Amino acid sequence: MIDTIVAPPEPSAPTRQRRARKGPVTYLVRLLVVAYLFLLVAWPVSLVVTHTFENGLDALRTLFEDPDIVHAMRLTVVAAVVATVINTVFGVSVSLLLVRTEFPGKRVLSALLDLPLAISPIVVGLALVLVYGGRGGWFGPTLESWGLQIIFSTPGIILATAFVALPLVIREVVPVLGEVGIEQEQAAQSLGANGWQTFWRITLPGIRWAIVYGVVLTLARSLGEFGAVKVVSGNILGETRTATLAVEESYLNFNQEGAYAIAFLLASVSVACIIVVSILRARAAGH
Amino acid sequence: MSIEIQGVGKRFGDFVALENIDLSIPTGQLTALLGPSGGGKSTLLRIIAGLENADEGTVEIEGVNATQLPPQKRNVGFVFQHYAAFKHMTVAKNVAFGLEIRKRPKHEIKAKVAELLELVHLSQFADRLPSQLSGGQRQRMALARALAIEPSVLLLDEPFGALDAKVRKELRDWLRRLHDEVHVTTVFVTHDQEEALEVSDSIVVINEGRIEQIGSPDDLYDRPANEFVLSFLGPVTQLGDRSIRPHDIAVSPIEISSAVEGRITRWTRVGFEVRLEVTPTDPRFEDRVLVSLTRAEASGLGVGEGSLVWLRPMDGALTLV
Repeated sequence: MIDTIVAPPEPSAPTRQRRARKGPVTYLVRLLVVAYLFLLVAWPVSLVVTHTFENGLDALRTLFEDPDIVHAMRLTVVAAVVATVINTVFGVSVSLLLVRTEFPGKRVLSALLDLPLAISPIVVGLALVLVYGGRGGWFGPTLESWGLQIIFSTPGIILATAFVALPLVIREVVPVLGEVGIEQEQAAQSLGANGWQTFWRITLPGIRWAIVYGVVLTLARSLGEFGAVKVVSGNILGETRTATLAVEESYLNFNQEGAYAIAFLLASVSVACIIVVSILRARAAGH
Repeated sequence: MSIEIQGVGKRFGDFVALENIDLSIPTGQLTALLGPSGGGKSTLLRIIAGLENADEGTVEIEGVNATQLPPQKRNVGFVFQHYAAFKHMTVAKNVAFGLEIRKRPKHEIKAKVAELLELVHLSQFADRLPSQLSGGQRQRMALARALAIEPSVLLLDEPFGALDAKVRKELRDWLRRLHDEVHVTTVFVTHDQEEALEVSDSIVVINEGRIEQIGSPDDLYDRPANEFVLSFLGPVTQLGDRSIRPHDIAVSPIEISSAVEGRITRWTRVGFEVRLEVTPTDPRFEDRVLVSLTRAEASGLGVGEGSLVWLRPMDGALTLV
């Protein structure tokens, strides 16, 4: 009897314990990851916050009193919003094309769509100048003779921003579109819906969360774009200087407090975007 | 005739899915397209619905040439194997979809949806999302959704294929009763011969892109046109040089004339049924003969494993050379 009591209750129990037990290696790996993220991300970003508020709210107050800075921030928001709208419409159409149709050169197109992520934004800027530049660009002089200036003007900034953020909506929507499949659309068709009705009532609601992630990511990326915008905008104070360019300018002019304040605003929008995305993801996963 | 198909053919690359199909489906009947997977029956159904285009031939629905019509203009109800429920809409909204597209007045839609949900026993689930329903309930919802548009034909593509055996059997009975109530011309695809035999008024057997036979369940079971139909519609075994159903074989413990002699090499009892495996003594017949008997018949014979028996077709039994 005593033997039976001492014996392990179930043969499967030790295995279960072994699987759940955390060895020293697990803790070491965790420590490494946390330290890495802290040194690379959390600490530097938090320093931006502390620098901004070193003198209380003074830095932010000065910021909003400077009309040029306010203009820069407004320009950034306008460019980011317009670029996001363009990329969303374009992105959803291209995703439909990639997932729902077969055509020669599809793989090339798909690869091409990732190019903006791979190319340095400054290259993007230079390339856009080559095409749309007012002097010597391919289209630039023609467009300028119609009274439409692209480079060194808002359209150029929007173009550059849209370019660098191009794949974000597509990469979110394509896998979801593939997963949703075509049966719901076919069912809608057999029930009498035409192409447009099927798209609005069935396809779009099916991919709406993916579009929302894509839009938020695009917006975050667009607000922070620097390199490509720097080349195409000309960085004219009060006209084509965006918020990121203003950060650089302030920093180079030894106005560190101002630089940190704008940087703080940009970073908080990005953090807000990430929070929104993670909340939406959690909610979509709960469905 | 409700659906008139003439000379329809369809290829996917080199694969011939359908070849020169001629078929008339009568109004108001429940017709099964029966055949093995990959035989072309689903493709034929999708061509009728317009979800797939035929390479050649014509499809006529209720006297209208529908060959070039897009699916939304054919007025057919289609039910998919995996339900194709509109995931973001409630059950009631799903059912109302076709009517809302047709811009029917609100009160009419409401009344029709309530009536259909009553018919498929889902009234209490009207405000749920499809993800909150079981498979069988989702398929009933899909059926109500297809019926809402008062289709000229109702097409079901392996409608019970994704359900477990018990629910499948319930839904099968229910579909038959529903059809007796609604009387809409119905075509359903299945690879389950029992389902086809039990539910349908007539069966079209399709194999390798061709129609093997068309007829009532009795016709097909008792008068199969060929070996394929015989073997697809039920169990079949070789007795001597003939194909025969295992339950059409008479077993005798004493020698009788013109019978196949053999020894019982296996005796399996499955519920009310006893299955025997008899190895013929004549070395010309290599295949063992399968025989199925009721429990009472088997025990009345007074034989067991290892006994010598004589087998012959029962009187009036169907055999094919």
